[in-house]
Amino acid sequence: MHDLNESLKELVVRARADIAASENISALDSVRVAFLGKKGELTTQLKNLGTLSADERPAAGQAINEAKVSVQEALESRRASLESAALDEELQAGAVDVSLGGRGQTIGSLHPVTRALERIETIFRGAGFEVAHGPEIEDDFHNFSALNVPLDHPARAMHDTFYVGADRLLRTHTSPVQIRAMQAQGAPIRVIAPGRVYRCDSDMTHTPMFHQVEGLMIDHDVSFANLKAVLHEFVECFFERKAELRFRPSYFPFTEPSAEVDVMSESGKWLEILGCGMVHPNVLRNVDIDPEEFTGYAFGMGVERLAMLRYGVDDLRLFFDNDLRFLQQFA
Amino acid sequence: MKISEQWLREWADPNVDTGGLAEQLTMAGLEVDSVEPCGVALDGVVVAKVLERNPHPDADRLSLCSVDAGQKKPLQVVCGASNVRAGGFYPLATIGAELPGGLKIEQSTIRGQESFGMLCSTAELGLGESAGGLLELGEGEEPGAGIADLLGLDDHIIDLDLTPNRADCFSILGVARDVAAVNLLEFSEPAVNGIGAELDDIVSISLKAGDACPVFAGRVVKGIAPDAVTPLWLRERLRRSGLRALHPVVDITNYVMLELGQPMHGYDLALLNGTVTARMAKKGEKLSLLDGQEVELSKDVLVIADDKAAIGMAGIMGGNKTAVGSTTTDVFLESAYFSPAAIAGRARRYGLHTDASLRFERGVDFNGQLRAIERATELLVQIAGGKAGPVTEVRNDKHMPSRAAVELRRERLEKILGVSIPDDDVESMLERLGFQVAKSDSGWSVIPTSARFDIAIEEDLVEEVVRLYGYDQVPEEPQQVSATLASASEARVSMGRARMLLADRGYQEAITYSFVDPGRQQALLGEAADVELVNPISAEQSVMRRSLWPGLLQAVTVNCSRQQGRVRLFEVGVIFNSQANEIIEEEVIAGIAWGHLLPEQWGADNRGAKAGGLFDIKSDIEALISLTGDAESVTFNAAEHAALRPGMTARIERAGQTIGWLGELHPRLVQQWDISPAPVLFELLPEAGLVARLPAFRPVSRFPSVRRDLAILVDETITAAELLEAARDAAGALLQDVWVFDVYTGDNIERGLKSVALGLILQETSRTLTELEIEGAVNAVIERISGKFNASIRE
Repeated sequence: MHDLNESLKELVVRARADIAASENISALDSVRVAFLGKKGELTTQLKNLGTLSADERPAAGQAINEAKVSVQEALESRRASLESAALDEELQAGAVDVSLGGRGQTIGSLHPVTRALERIETIFRGAGFEVAHGPEIEDDFHNFSALNVPLDHPARAMHDTFYVGADRLLRTHTSPVQIRAMQAQGAPIRVIAPGRVYRCDSDMTHTPMFHQVEGLMIDHDVSFANLKAVLHEFVECFFERKAELRFRPSYFPFTEPSAEVDVMSESGKWLEILGCGMVHPNVLRNVDIDPEEFTGYAFGMGVERLAMLRYGVDDLRLFFDNDLRFLQQFA
Repeated sequence: MKISEQWLREWADPNVDTGGLAEQLTMAGLEVDSVEPCGVALDGVVVAKVLERNPHPDADRLSLCSVDAGQKKPLQVVCGASNVRAGGFYPLATIGAELPGGLKIEQSTIRGQESFGMLCSTAELGLGESAGGLLELGEGEEPGAGIADLLGLDDHIIDLDLTPNRADCFSILGVARDVAAVNLLEFSEPAVNGIGAELDDIVSISLKAGDACPVFAGRVVKGIAPDAVTPLWLRERLRRSGLRALHPVVDITNYVMLELGQPMHGYDLALLNGTVTARMAKKGEKLSLLDGQEVELSKDVLVIADDKAAIGMAGIMGGNKTAVGSTTTDVFLESAYFSPAAIAGRARRYGLHTDASLRFERGVDFNGQLRAIERATELLVQIAGGKAGPVTEVRNDKHMPSRAAVELRRERLEKILGVSIPDDDVESMLERLGFQVAKSDSGWSVIPTSARFDIAIEEDLVEEVVRLYGYDQVPEEPQQVSATLASASEARVSMGRARMLLADRGYQEAITYSFVDPGRQQALLGEAADVELVNPISAEQSVMRRSLWPGLLQAVTVNCSRQQGRVRLFEVGVIFNSQANEIIEEEVIAGIAWGHLLPEQWGADNRGAKAGGLFDIKSDIEALISLTGDAESVTFNAAEHAALRPGMTARIERAGQTIGWLGELHPRLVQQWDISPAPVLFELLPEAGLVARLPAFRPVSRFPSVRRDLAILVDETITAAELLEAARDAAGALLQDVWVFDVYTGDNIERGLKSVALGLILQETSRTLTELEIEGAVNAVIERISGKFNASIRE
């Protein structure tokens, strides 16, 4: 028995040494086979238990088992550490430069005018305004006469109109859409009309085409005080800041009283941003709405102007130059 | 209109500084465009009296002057002006003075003679053009007095941007009336200070144009000095209003126009023949105008004529045959009212835009003729001497305009403004504007002044009240509106979604002009009637676009010229087509892709340098169509399009209707536009192309699916769409999906044939498929394709 213990002790020491010396999983497997395999040394010892006396057998069995467990533990531990080292090596080999850019298509962008238009639409939709569209080639009635701008009215000189044949023209504002909307729906009505408009004017600060949003609210009791409130709220929503507004008297044939609206810039200057007023009774009559029963306001804003203020663009002409270096700034 | 602040303050002088005055004007609806100082300081420039004038001993053109500039001893000054004379008063720039041109005055020696300053002309003082020679100051000025004070240069020029309704403010009188009203200042209309007639001479006047000219005042002034010069103070006022001094008669009529708003005209009496008549022009009647141009008149133009011919376009411009000049001694002054309807549009038609037409077009006070002619006579006699005849005023009462009373209801005022203004305040405001106000049951009955042409209805009065009340005093009153829910249709892909998809797939949204070059459009889109502009900005922008492609191609070339190697753009906009005299407007979404498919990047094939081909771009438009949930109903069919390369052109169709185009730019156009390699273009009509299908749920199978691949060797003219359709049709209900995963021609494939590989997914929703069912479906496909297309097939 003493011999057996000595021999097991020596065997375990040898096994541990071999295990520690194994540099990889396959070497470790060879060690396992040498000691624990079918013909391994410890297996052989177990097989030889039968040759021992019944008295000796339990103690010997236990001793062999303990030796076996000890070798197994050493094997497992070595295996774990070899595997972990192998993984580390693989990870290290597989490391990449994560600062390199992603591959594939990049995104484009919406035009700043679209971006501003969508903001305006979203803000007014929230207050129940519907969005209406109309033709860009208009007739004189919808663009001028219905809006209380008769032939030879000096206000027509303010609109440098592009004509298409004798009786048609490129709309000079989106107000004709309001006429069409009122003709179709009558009052009460709440509508905004965004779109392209055209004026025969081209210089540093004018392009022959630009975008406008006109708004119209007609109801039983709509007042100038309401108009002031809604535009103030709009401006603060659009610019996402508190804003000081100034309404000053102006003149449009289709509204009365009329006002130009200035907003105080962050640098302390008044900047003109839109025109507005109470819908002229003649305009209401032209679409068969009784001005005694209904009152309303209308407003019109230049989208490029608002986009310039919002995004700090300093040259109107950039909007239609379609230079990628400009467009890409609005992603 | 430009006005002098000093001049305005002579009429209405509120206790506010220049900035405050400008603010008041703007807030009263007379928008101030700019406020500029009227001149430079002119320190060191003083009044000098020439005591002696002697020729310069060594220079013919120079004179040696001894001048009194208020100093103890006279100064010697060398002067080159021809109009310098002993006894005259002129501005002297003394040593140390700096003139507006930057000239610094130093003691100098000119041709051996010392000079202690420089006598100055108007131009040298920065006060406008010189009439020639030195600026003559009035006799009796104090030598040594500062010129700046003398000329009132401590003034500002206020530039008003008047709205078309405020014709009355084209004068100091009109602006002052508003300033007084805003500031609660006393204001009374200027009186007509008649200047008595010393002569009996008159010119008879005849009115033959009905309401176009219902009142005409005329007056003869004889014996004015032909060499009279317009005094400096008056010239200065004209200058500050942007007018040039020309001739005393013209300057005085201009001055009265600026002051009172009444345009006038002075004729050389010696050149008039008989009666002066206001009448409509005869057709084809010719008139030579003051500006030298000869015009042919039409019957709707109002003229002033004498017995022989037309002598002026009434209210627009006088004729040059009767114009005053350097020899004029006797004049006939005209101060008339011409109705806006008779003047409007006429000036523009003849390319004229005069101070007179501007005022008459918008409305001149029809009660102001007498006071204007009296004022002008007074100034003329004072400045140029002469004696005046009696005023002849001819009125055609039947045609005189009038001012009707306008009702203003208290309730209406409050309803429109949303604020209640005390009755007394309303009355006082309207009265301050010179209106006659009478109380009525519901409010007031108001008669506006004859100077105002914009007060005809109740709302006009509402505007006047709130203008004086102050727009800023009206409170902001959030409106209580009924809550309406917005409908949210799924019947159509929104343009916002479509835009977003293209942007997310690497396209920049462009906005190009709706008008394009007709030649380029035709080259691109073929012959068709363009919608033409009557008055385009330029020939390159003279027709409306029939497609968004001309604009997008243009944008690509612009970017190309700015060193961009890759451009992907899309636009949403309206196109215009002319059909049987109708103009059809259609919204289109279109795109262009030029250059590399991907931005240059590491690791991609050839660093992304592969040119974006037709099929790469097709995936973008397919993605767009897929937003409808109904891509199956759309087909891409080989077709021809003028802009696109034959054989690489697809007409996009849905239910037999063309909804768009896709293709590579025609090689001829690639060359013409100089944008190699060829870009790929697409367009889609959203009206028909983006109608969406409402998703309808189908159960998802829990049973395994089976994939089978077929390799089909077939004539190369057979299209993928034909093969797929045949496969779908033959496979029946088990087929879940079928697609092309490879197309091959070349080695090992006979010429004229191609190998197409199809993938098929088969599945049942209620059970696992049996081998027999699978075989059945696949064989049906094989039989159909081989039979229909004479193809050989390997599974």
